[in-house]
Amino acid sequence: MKYAYYPGCSLESTARDFDQSTRAVCRALGIELEEIPDWVCCGSTPAHTTNASLAVALPVVNLQKARTMGAPVMTACASCYARLRTANYKVRNEPDTLRRTERITGHPYGGEVEVHHVLDVLVNHFGLRAIRAKVRRPLAGLRVACYYGCLLSRPPKIVAFDDPEHPTSMDELLASAGAEMVQWPMKTECCGAGLSMTHSNVVNRLAHRLLAMARKAGAECLAVACPLCQINLDLRQADAKKAHGEIPDTPVLYVTQLLGLALGLSSEELGLDSLITSAEALLAKNHIDTASVPEGTASAP
Amino acid sequence: MADILQWNDTTFLEEVQRRSGTPVSACFQCHKCSTGCPIGPEMDLLPSQVMRLVHLGEVAEVLGSRAIWLCASCEACTTRCPMDIDIAAVMDTLRMMAVERQADLPDARGEKFNRSFLSSVCRHGRVFEFGMMAAYKLRSGQLLADVNKFPQMLAKRKISLLPNRSGAARETREVFRRAEQEEKQR
Repeated sequence: MKYAYYPGCSLESTARDFDQSTRAVCRALGIELEEIPDWVCCGSTPAHTTNASLAVALPVVNLQKARTMGAPVMTACASCYARLRTANYKVRNEPDTLRRTERITGHPYGGEVEVHHVLDVLVNHFGLRAIRAKVRRPLAGLRVACYYGCLLSRPPKIVAFDDPEHPTSMDELLASAGAEMVQWPMKTECCGAGLSMTHSNVVNRLAHRLLAMARKAGAECLAVACPLCQINLDLRQADAKKAHGEIPDTPVLYVTQLLGLALGLSSEELGLDSLITSAEALLAKNHIDTASVPEGTASAP
Repeated sequence: MADILQWNDTTFLEEVQRRSGTPVSACFQCHKCSTGCPIGPEMDLLPSQVMRLVHLGEVAEVLGSRAIWLCASCEACTTRCPMDIDIAAVMDTLRMMAVERQADLPDARGEKFNRSFLSSVCRHGRVFEFGMMAAYKLRSGQLLADVNKFPQMLAKRKISLLPNRSGAARETREVFRRAEQEEKQR
Protein backbone atom coordinates (compact mmCIF):
# COMPACT_ATOMS: atom_id res chain seq x y z
CA MET A 1 0.00 0.00 0.00
CA LYS A 2 1.41 3.34 -1.06
CA TYR A 3 -0.02 6.85 -0.82
CA ALA A 4 1.02 10.32 -1.92
CA TYR A 5 0.98 12.06 1.46
CA TYR A 6 -0.35 15.60 1.78
CA PRO A 7 0.45 16.86 5.32
CA GLY A 8 -0.92 20.41 5.02
CA CYS A 9 0.18 23.50 6.94
CA SER A 10 -1.28 22.68 10.37
CA LEU A 11 0.65 19.41 10.46
CA GLU A 12 3.88 21.42 10.24
CA SER A 13 2.96 23.58 13.24
CA THR A 14 0.03 23.34 15.66
CA ALA A 15 -0.62 19.70 14.76
CA ARG A 16 2.94 18.45 14.33
CA ASP A 17 2.07 15.57 16.66
CA PHE A 18 -0.70 14.54 14.24
CA ASP A 19 1.91 14.41 11.47
CA GLN A 20 4.39 12.53 13.64
CA SER A 21 1.83 9.96 14.82
CA THR A 22 0.32 9.49 11.36
CA ARG A 23 3.74 8.74 9.87
CA ALA A 24 4.68 6.49 12.80
CA VAL A 25 1.45 4.47 12.62
CA CYS A 26 1.72 4.03 8.85
CA ARG A 27 5.36 2.93 9.20
CA ALA A 28 4.40 0.39 11.87
CA LEU A 29 1.66 -1.02 9.63
CA GLY A 30 3.77 -1.07 6.48
CA ILE A 31 1.72 1.63 4.73
CA GLU A 32 4.15 3.55 2.56
CA LEU A 33 3.79 7.36 2.52
CA GLU A 34 5.62 9.55 0.04
CA GLU A 35 5.21 13.26 0.71
CA ILE A 36 4.01 15.27 -2.29
CA PRO A 37 7.09 17.37 -3.20
CA ASP A 38 6.63 21.14 -2.92
CA TRP A 39 3.01 20.86 -1.86
CA VAL A 40 1.24 24.15 -1.19
CA CYS A 41 -1.57 25.18 1.19
CA CYS A 42 -5.08 23.98 0.24
CA GLY A 43 -6.47 27.45 1.00
CA SER A 44 -8.65 26.11 3.82
CA THR A 45 -11.68 28.16 4.92
CA PRO A 46 -10.17 31.61 4.15
CA ALA A 47 -9.93 30.68 0.43
CA HIS A 48 -13.45 29.32 0.01
CA THR A 49 -14.96 32.31 1.78
CA THR A 50 -12.90 34.81 -0.24
CA ASN A 51 -12.33 33.59 -3.78
CA ALA A 52 -14.15 30.60 -5.30
CA SER A 53 -11.58 30.17 -8.10
CA LEU A 54 -8.65 30.12 -5.69
CA ALA A 55 -10.44 27.62 -3.43
CA VAL A 56 -10.39 25.07 -6.25
CA ALA A 57 -7.08 26.03 -7.88
CA LEU A 58 -4.90 25.59 -4.75
CA PRO A 59 -6.01 21.98 -4.06
CA VAL A 60 -5.76 21.19 -7.78
CA VAL A 61 -2.12 22.37 -7.90
CA ASN A 62 -1.39 19.67 -5.29
CA LEU A 63 -3.46 17.00 -7.00
CA GLN A 64 -1.62 17.69 -10.26
CA LYS A 65 1.69 17.18 -8.44
CA ALA A 66 0.35 13.94 -6.92
CA ARG A 67 -0.82 12.67 -10.31
CA THR A 68 2.76 12.12 -11.42
CA MET A 69 3.38 9.92 -8.35
CA GLY A 70 0.95 7.23 -9.47
CA ALA A 71 -0.63 6.67 -6.04
CA PRO A 72 -3.83 7.93 -4.39
CA VAL A 73 -3.51 10.88 -2.02
CA MET A 74 -3.77 10.44 1.74
CA THR A 75 -4.18 13.35 4.11
CA ALA A 76 -4.74 13.56 7.87
CA CYS A 77 -6.13 17.08 8.33
CA ALA A 78 -9.93 17.03 8.04
CA SER A 79 -9.99 20.48 6.46
CA CYS A 80 -7.36 19.65 3.79
CA TYR A 81 -9.28 16.44 3.15
CA ALA A 82 -12.54 18.32 2.59
CA ARG A 83 -10.88 20.97 0.39
CA LEU A 84 -9.10 18.42 -1.83
CA ARG A 85 -12.29 16.34 -2.20
CA THR A 86 -14.39 19.45 -2.88
CA ALA A 87 -12.00 20.53 -5.63
CA ASN A 88 -12.28 17.08 -7.24
CA TYR A 89 -16.07 17.21 -6.99
CA LYS A 90 -16.21 20.64 -8.60
CA VAL A 91 -13.91 19.96 -11.56
CA ARG A 92 -15.76 16.69 -12.17
CA ASN A 93 -19.23 18.27 -12.09
CA GLU A 94 -18.89 21.92 -13.11
CA PRO A 95 -17.56 22.45 -16.67
CA ASP A 96 -17.08 26.17 -15.99
CA THR A 97 -14.95 25.48 -12.88
CA LEU A 98 -12.94 22.89 -14.84
CA ARG A 99 -12.04 25.41 -17.55
CA ARG A 100 -11.29 28.20 -15.09
CA THR A 101 -9.06 25.94 -13.02
CA GLU A 102 -7.12 24.84 -16.10
CA ARG A 103 -6.54 28.47 -17.07
CA ILE A 104 -5.32 29.31 -13.54
CA THR A 105 -3.04 26.31 -13.00
CA GLY A 106 -1.89 26.06 -16.62
CA HIS A 107 -2.48 22.29 -16.76
CA PRO A 108 -5.51 20.11 -17.51
CA TYR A 109 -7.00 18.27 -14.53
CA GLY A 110 -10.33 16.46 -14.51
CA GLY A 111 -10.42 15.15 -10.94
CA GLU A 112 -8.67 11.84 -11.62
CA VAL A 113 -6.59 11.59 -8.41
CA GLU A 114 -8.43 9.88 -5.53
CA VAL A 115 -8.17 11.48 -2.07
CA HIS A 116 -8.51 9.56 1.21
CA HIS A 117 -8.41 10.47 4.87
CA VAL A 118 -6.04 8.49 7.10
CA LEU A 119 -9.03 7.16 9.05
CA ASP A 120 -10.56 5.83 5.82
CA VAL A 121 -7.20 4.28 4.87
CA LEU A 122 -6.81 2.56 8.26
CA VAL A 123 -10.37 1.28 8.64
CA ASN A 124 -11.41 0.56 5.05
CA HIS A 125 -8.18 -0.04 3.11
CA PHE A 126 -5.90 -1.63 5.70
CA GLY A 127 -8.79 -3.16 7.62
CA LEU A 128 -9.72 -3.74 11.25
CA ARG A 129 -8.81 -7.42 11.25
CA ALA A 130 -5.28 -6.60 10.11
CA ILE A 131 -5.06 -3.81 12.73
CA ARG A 132 -6.16 -6.20 15.50
CA ALA A 133 -3.37 -8.57 14.54
CA LYS A 134 -0.84 -5.74 15.01
CA VAL A 135 -1.95 -4.62 18.48
CA ARG A 136 0.83 -5.14 21.03
CA ARG A 137 -0.53 -3.04 23.89
CA PRO A 138 -4.35 -3.11 24.12
CA LEU A 139 -5.79 0.12 25.53
CA ALA A 140 -7.86 -1.89 27.99
CA GLY A 141 -10.09 0.13 30.28
CA LEU A 142 -9.45 3.49 28.60
CA ARG A 143 -12.81 5.20 28.11
CA VAL A 144 -12.72 7.26 24.91
CA ALA A 145 -15.29 9.54 23.27
CA CYS A 146 -14.63 9.73 19.54
CA TYR A 147 -15.18 13.25 18.25
CA TYR A 148 -15.45 13.42 14.44
CA GLY A 149 -16.28 17.09 14.06
CA CYS A 150 -17.66 18.44 10.81
CA LEU A 151 -15.59 17.82 7.76
CA LEU A 152 -14.76 14.12 8.00
CA SER A 153 -18.37 13.24 7.23
CA ARG A 154 -19.93 16.40 5.80
CA PRO A 155 -21.22 17.12 3.24
CA PRO A 156 -21.82 13.45 2.37
CA LYS A 157 -21.92 13.97 -1.41
CA ILE A 158 -18.28 15.07 -1.16
CA VAL A 159 -16.62 13.10 1.64
CA ALA A 160 -18.73 9.95 2.09
CA PHE A 161 -16.67 7.29 3.88
CA ASP A 162 -18.83 7.36 6.99
CA ASP A 163 -22.35 8.29 8.07
CA PRO A 164 -22.78 12.11 8.25
CA GLU A 165 -24.88 12.10 11.44
CA HIS A 166 -23.62 8.99 13.22
CA PRO A 167 -20.13 8.08 12.06
CA THR A 168 -18.55 4.95 13.57
CA SER A 169 -15.19 4.40 11.85
CA MET A 170 -13.07 5.93 14.62
CA ASP A 171 -15.03 4.00 17.26
CA GLU A 172 -14.46 0.73 15.41
CA LEU A 173 -10.77 1.50 14.98
CA LEU A 174 -10.14 2.29 18.64
CA ALA A 175 -12.33 -0.60 19.81
CA SER A 176 -9.99 -2.81 17.75
CA ALA A 177 -7.15 -1.24 19.71
CA GLY A 178 -8.82 -2.44 22.91
CA ALA A 179 -10.24 0.86 24.18
CA GLU A 180 -13.70 1.20 25.64
CA MET A 181 -15.88 3.38 23.41
CA VAL A 182 -18.28 5.81 25.03
CA GLN A 183 -21.59 6.49 23.29
CA TRP A 184 -22.37 10.20 23.23
CA PRO A 185 -24.62 12.46 21.17
CA MET A 186 -22.20 15.17 19.98
CA LYS A 187 -19.82 13.27 17.70
CA THR A 188 -20.39 15.61 14.76
CA GLU A 189 -21.23 18.91 16.50
CA CYS A 190 -18.96 21.75 15.40
CA CYS A 191 -16.19 23.06 17.73
CA GLY A 192 -16.20 26.49 16.08
CA ALA A 193 -13.30 25.55 13.81
CA GLY A 194 -11.82 28.58 12.04
CA LEU A 195 -13.49 31.03 14.44
CA SER A 196 -10.75 30.06 16.90
CA MET A 197 -8.77 33.30 16.57
CA THR A 198 -11.48 35.73 15.52
CA HIS A 199 -14.32 34.71 17.85
CA SER A 200 -12.69 32.79 20.69
CA ASN A 201 -15.76 33.32 22.90
CA VAL A 202 -17.87 31.23 20.51
CA VAL A 203 -15.24 28.50 20.43
CA ASN A 204 -15.02 28.47 24.22
CA ARG A 205 -18.78 27.94 24.49
CA LEU A 206 -18.80 25.12 21.93
CA ALA A 207 -15.67 23.45 23.32
CA HIS A 208 -17.11 23.51 26.83
CA ARG A 209 -20.36 21.92 25.64
CA LEU A 210 -18.44 19.14 23.92
CA LEU A 211 -16.05 18.43 26.79
CA ALA A 212 -18.84 18.53 29.40
CA MET A 213 -21.01 16.15 27.37
CA ALA A 214 -18.14 13.72 26.77
CA ARG A 215 -17.43 13.70 30.52
CA LYS A 216 -21.12 13.24 31.35
CA ALA A 217 -21.19 10.21 29.04
CA GLY A 218 -18.31 8.73 31.03
CA ALA A 219 -15.32 9.50 28.81
CA GLU A 220 -11.87 10.20 30.29
CA CYS A 221 -10.42 11.52 27.05
CA LEU A 222 -11.40 12.42 23.50
CA ALA A 223 -10.07 11.10 20.21
CA VAL A 224 -9.99 13.51 17.26
CA ALA A 225 -8.85 13.49 13.64
CA CYS A 226 -8.69 17.21 12.87
CA PRO A 227 -6.08 19.84 13.89
CA LEU A 228 -8.71 22.48 14.62
CA CYS A 229 -10.84 20.16 16.75
CA GLN A 230 -7.71 19.30 18.73
CA ILE A 231 -6.52 22.86 19.30
CA ASN A 232 -10.00 24.17 20.13
CA LEU A 233 -10.63 21.44 22.70
CA ASP A 234 -7.11 21.27 24.13
CA LEU A 235 -5.39 24.66 23.93
CA ARG A 236 -8.67 26.46 24.69
CA GLN A 237 -9.79 24.04 27.41
CA ALA A 238 -8.60 26.28 30.27
CA ASP A 239 -10.37 29.35 28.80
CA ALA A 240 -13.52 27.32 28.18
CA LYS A 241 -13.60 26.22 31.81
CA LYS A 242 -12.94 29.73 33.06
CA ALA A 243 -15.85 31.08 31.00
CA HIS A 244 -18.37 28.26 31.43
CA GLY A 245 -17.60 26.23 34.54
CA GLU A 246 -15.27 23.60 35.91
CA ILE A 247 -14.89 20.14 34.36
CA PRO A 248 -12.02 17.70 35.00
CA ASP A 249 -8.93 18.07 32.79
CA THR A 250 -9.68 16.04 29.67
CA PRO A 251 -6.86 15.03 27.32
CA VAL A 252 -7.66 15.34 23.62
CA LEU A 253 -5.55 12.94 21.57
CA TYR A 254 -5.28 12.33 17.86
CA VAL A 255 -6.73 8.97 16.86
CA THR A 256 -3.30 8.10 15.45
CA GLN A 257 -1.67 8.75 18.85
CA LEU A 258 -4.06 6.35 20.59
CA LEU A 259 -3.73 3.74 17.86
CA GLY A 260 0.06 4.18 17.93
CA LEU A 261 0.16 3.40 21.66
CA ALA A 262 -1.80 0.21 20.99
CA LEU A 263 0.63 -0.71 18.21
CA GLY A 264 3.44 -0.47 20.77
CA LEU A 265 4.93 2.87 19.72
CA SER A 266 6.45 5.14 22.35
CA SER A 267 5.26 8.47 23.67
CA GLU A 268 8.21 10.16 21.87
CA GLU A 269 7.41 8.54 18.54
CA LEU A 270 3.81 9.77 18.81
CA GLY A 271 4.52 13.31 20.03
CA LEU A 272 2.48 12.96 23.22
CA ASP A 273 4.57 15.75 24.78
CA SER A 274 2.79 18.22 22.46
CA LEU A 275 -0.54 17.82 24.22
CA ILE A 276 -1.39 20.86 26.36
CA THR A 277 -3.59 18.76 28.66
CA SER A 278 -1.20 15.92 29.40
CA ALA A 279 -2.39 12.33 28.99
CA GLU A 280 0.35 10.97 31.27
CA ALA A 281 -1.69 10.59 34.47
CA LEU A 282 -4.64 9.11 32.61
CA LEU A 283 -2.49 6.50 30.85
CA ALA A 284 -0.70 5.63 34.09
CA LYS A 285 -4.03 5.20 35.89
CA ASN A 286 -5.09 2.70 33.23
CA HIS A 287 -1.71 0.91 33.41
CA ILE A 288 -0.88 1.85 29.82
CA ASP A 289 2.87 2.16 29.60
CA THR A 290 4.25 4.60 27.00
CA ALA A 291 7.61 3.02 26.25
CA SER A 292 7.99 1.21 22.96
CA VAL A 293 6.92 -2.45 22.90
CA PRO A 294 9.25 -4.75 20.93
CA GLU A 295 7.77 -7.11 18.36
CA GLY A 296 6.26 -10.36 19.61
CA THR A 297 5.83 -9.31 23.24
CA ALA A 298 2.07 -8.83 23.44
CA SER A 299 -1.08 -10.27 21.98
CA ALA A 300 -4.23 -8.81 20.45
CA PRO A 301 -7.17 -7.97 22.71
CA MET B 1 -53.89 44.82 -5.43
CA ALA B 2 -54.40 41.36 -3.97
CA ASP B 3 -50.80 40.47 -4.75
CA ILE B 4 -49.29 40.49 -1.28
CA LEU B 5 -46.03 38.84 -2.24
CA GLN B 6 -45.00 41.13 -5.02
CA TRP B 7 -41.35 40.66 -5.87
CA ASN B 8 -40.11 43.78 -7.45
CA ASP B 9 -36.51 42.88 -7.88
CA THR B 10 -34.94 39.46 -8.10
CA THR B 11 -31.46 40.50 -9.23
CA PHE B 12 -29.93 39.87 -5.78
CA LEU B 13 -31.51 36.42 -5.53
CA GLU B 14 -30.38 35.58 -9.07
CA GLU B 15 -26.82 36.69 -8.47
CA VAL B 16 -26.58 34.71 -5.22
CA GLN B 17 -27.96 31.61 -6.95
CA ARG B 18 -25.65 31.93 -9.92
CA ARG B 19 -22.51 32.46 -7.87
CA SER B 20 -23.24 29.88 -5.18
CA GLY B 21 -24.53 27.38 -7.74
CA THR B 22 -27.40 26.39 -5.49
CA PRO B 23 -31.20 26.97 -5.65
CA VAL B 24 -31.81 29.45 -2.82
CA SER B 25 -35.33 30.06 -4.15
CA ALA B 26 -36.27 26.46 -3.23
CA CYS B 27 -36.15 27.34 0.49
CA PHE B 28 -39.59 26.94 2.05
CA GLN B 29 -38.59 28.08 5.53
CA CYS B 30 -38.60 24.78 7.41
CA HIS B 31 -35.82 26.22 9.63
CA LYS B 32 -33.98 22.90 9.83
CA CYS B 33 -30.73 24.76 9.07
CA SER B 34 -31.29 27.21 11.92
CA THR B 35 -32.30 24.50 14.38
CA GLY B 36 -29.02 22.66 13.91
CA CYS B 37 -26.71 25.67 13.53
CA PRO B 38 -24.07 25.54 16.29
CA ILE B 39 -23.50 29.30 16.07
CA GLY B 40 -27.23 30.19 16.12
CA PRO B 41 -27.09 31.72 19.64
CA GLU B 42 -24.48 34.27 18.51
CA MET B 43 -26.05 35.15 15.14
CA ASP B 44 -28.10 38.28 14.47
CA LEU B 45 -29.87 36.48 11.61
CA LEU B 46 -30.42 32.71 11.56
CA PRO B 47 -29.50 30.86 8.35
CA SER B 48 -33.17 30.41 7.35
CA GLN B 49 -33.73 34.15 7.86
CA VAL B 50 -30.74 34.89 5.63
CA MET B 51 -32.32 32.67 2.92
CA ARG B 52 -35.64 34.53 3.23
CA LEU B 53 -34.03 37.96 3.10
CA VAL B 54 -32.18 36.91 -0.05
CA HIS B 55 -35.56 36.01 -1.59
CA LEU B 56 -36.87 39.44 -0.66
CA GLY B 57 -33.85 41.26 -2.06
CA GLU B 58 -32.87 42.82 1.27
CA VAL B 59 -29.29 43.43 0.17
CA ALA B 60 -28.20 45.80 2.92
CA GLU B 61 -29.61 43.73 5.76
CA VAL B 62 -27.99 40.52 4.48
CA LEU B 63 -24.59 41.87 3.45
CA GLY B 64 -24.37 44.00 6.58
CA SER B 65 -25.18 41.12 8.95
CA ARG B 66 -22.86 39.53 11.49
CA ALA B 67 -24.33 36.13 10.69
CA ILE B 68 -22.58 35.68 7.35
CA TRP B 69 -19.21 36.13 9.10
CA LEU B 70 -20.06 33.94 12.08
CA CYS B 71 -20.83 30.88 9.96
CA ALA B 72 -18.12 28.32 10.75
CA SER B 73 -18.63 26.39 7.48
CA CYS B 74 -19.47 23.25 9.48
CA GLU B 75 -21.82 22.11 6.69
CA ALA B 76 -24.54 20.84 9.06
CA CYS B 77 -27.16 23.01 7.29
CA THR B 78 -25.99 21.93 3.82
CA THR B 79 -26.11 18.27 4.86
CA ARG B 80 -29.60 18.49 6.36
CA CYS B 81 -31.46 20.83 3.97
CA PRO B 82 -34.47 18.91 2.60
CA MET B 83 -34.32 21.01 -0.59
CA ASP B 84 -30.64 20.27 -1.14
CA ILE B 85 -29.64 23.92 -0.88
CA ASP B 86 -25.92 24.34 -0.19
CA ILE B 87 -26.47 26.92 2.55
CA ALA B 88 -22.79 27.03 3.55
CA ALA B 89 -21.92 27.92 -0.07
CA VAL B 90 -24.52 30.71 0.05
CA MET B 91 -22.80 32.09 3.16
CA ASP B 92 -19.47 32.04 1.27
CA THR B 93 -20.99 33.89 -1.68
CA LEU B 94 -22.57 36.51 0.61
CA ARG B 95 -19.21 37.18 2.29
CA MET B 96 -17.56 37.71 -1.08
CA MET B 97 -20.36 40.03 -2.20
CA ALA B 98 -20.15 41.99 1.06
CA VAL B 99 -16.43 42.61 0.53
CA GLU B 100 -16.79 43.43 -3.19
CA ARG B 101 -19.61 45.89 -2.61
CA GLN B 102 -17.81 47.38 0.38
CA ALA B 103 -20.80 46.78 2.62
CA ASP B 104 -20.58 48.24 6.09
CA LEU B 105 -19.26 45.28 8.08
CA PRO B 106 -20.40 45.35 11.71
CA ASP B 107 -17.63 42.89 12.56
CA ALA B 108 -14.67 42.77 10.20
CA ARG B 109 -12.58 40.24 12.15
CA GLY B 110 -13.36 37.39 9.75
CA GLU B 111 -12.42 39.43 6.73
CA LYS B 112 -9.18 40.57 8.37
CA PHE B 113 -8.31 37.02 9.34
CA ASN B 114 -8.92 35.80 5.79
CA ARG B 115 -6.65 38.50 4.36
CA SER B 116 -3.88 37.73 6.87
CA PHE B 117 -4.12 34.00 6.17
CA LEU B 118 -4.19 34.27 2.38
CA SER B 119 -1.34 36.78 2.14
CA SER B 120 0.78 34.35 4.16
CA VAL B 121 -0.07 31.55 1.70
CA CYS B 122 0.56 33.84 -1.27
CA ARG B 123 4.00 34.76 0.05
CA HIS B 124 5.26 31.38 1.30
CA GLY B 125 3.10 28.85 -0.53
CA ARG B 126 2.09 27.63 2.94
CA VAL B 127 0.68 29.29 6.05
CA PHE B 128 3.38 30.71 8.30
CA GLU B 129 1.26 30.68 11.44
CA PHE B 130 3.36 33.00 13.58
CA GLY B 131 3.55 35.65 10.85
CA MET B 132 -0.13 35.21 10.02
CA MET B 133 -1.14 35.63 13.67
CA ALA B 134 1.00 38.76 14.02
CA ALA B 135 -0.50 40.23 10.83
CA TYR B 136 -4.02 39.49 12.06
CA LYS B 137 -3.32 41.08 15.43
CA LEU B 138 -2.07 44.27 13.77
CA ARG B 139 -5.05 44.39 11.39
CA SER B 140 -7.67 43.71 14.06
CA GLY B 141 -6.04 45.66 16.89
CA GLN B 142 -6.54 42.63 19.17
CA LEU B 143 -2.92 42.71 20.19
CA LEU B 144 -3.25 41.04 23.55
CA ALA B 145 -5.71 38.27 22.69
CA ASP B 146 -4.21 34.85 23.35
CA VAL B 147 -0.69 36.16 24.06
CA ASN B 148 -0.67 33.95 27.17
CA LYS B 149 -0.75 30.96 24.82
CA PHE B 150 2.41 31.79 22.87
CA PRO B 151 4.98 30.56 25.42
CA GLN B 152 3.05 27.30 25.76
CA MET B 153 2.82 26.85 21.99
CA LEU B 154 6.51 27.61 21.55
CA ALA B 155 7.49 25.20 24.33
CA LYS B 156 5.34 22.45 22.80
CA ARG B 157 6.79 23.24 19.36
CA LYS B 158 3.29 23.94 18.10
CA ILE B 159 4.45 27.15 16.50
CA SER B 160 7.68 28.13 14.84
CA LEU B 161 9.33 31.53 14.56
CA LEU B 162 10.46 30.84 11.00
CA PRO B 163 8.33 30.05 7.94
CA ASN B 164 8.33 26.64 6.28
CA ARG B 165 8.32 27.76 2.67
CA SER B 166 7.05 25.58 -0.14
CA GLY B 167 9.42 25.08 -3.07
CA ALA B 168 6.48 26.17 -5.20
CA ALA B 169 6.00 29.61 -3.58
CA ARG B 170 6.57 31.48 -6.84
CA GLU B 171 4.07 29.25 -8.66
CA THR B 172 1.57 29.92 -5.87
CA ARG B 173 1.84 33.68 -6.34
CA GLU B 174 0.99 33.21 -10.01
CA VAL B 175 -2.03 31.06 -9.06
CA PHE B 176 -3.23 33.86 -6.76
CA ARG B 177 -2.81 36.47 -9.50
CA ARG B 178 -4.74 34.45 -12.08
CA ALA B 179 -7.45 33.42 -9.62
CA GLU B 180 -8.08 37.08 -8.74
CA GLN B 181 -8.35 37.92 -12.45
CA GLU B 182 -10.79 35.07 -13.04
CA GLU B 183 -12.99 36.13 -10.12
CA LYS B 184 -13.26 39.67 -11.49
CA GLN B 185 -14.63 38.28 -14.75
CA ARG B 186 -17.32 36.13 -13.16
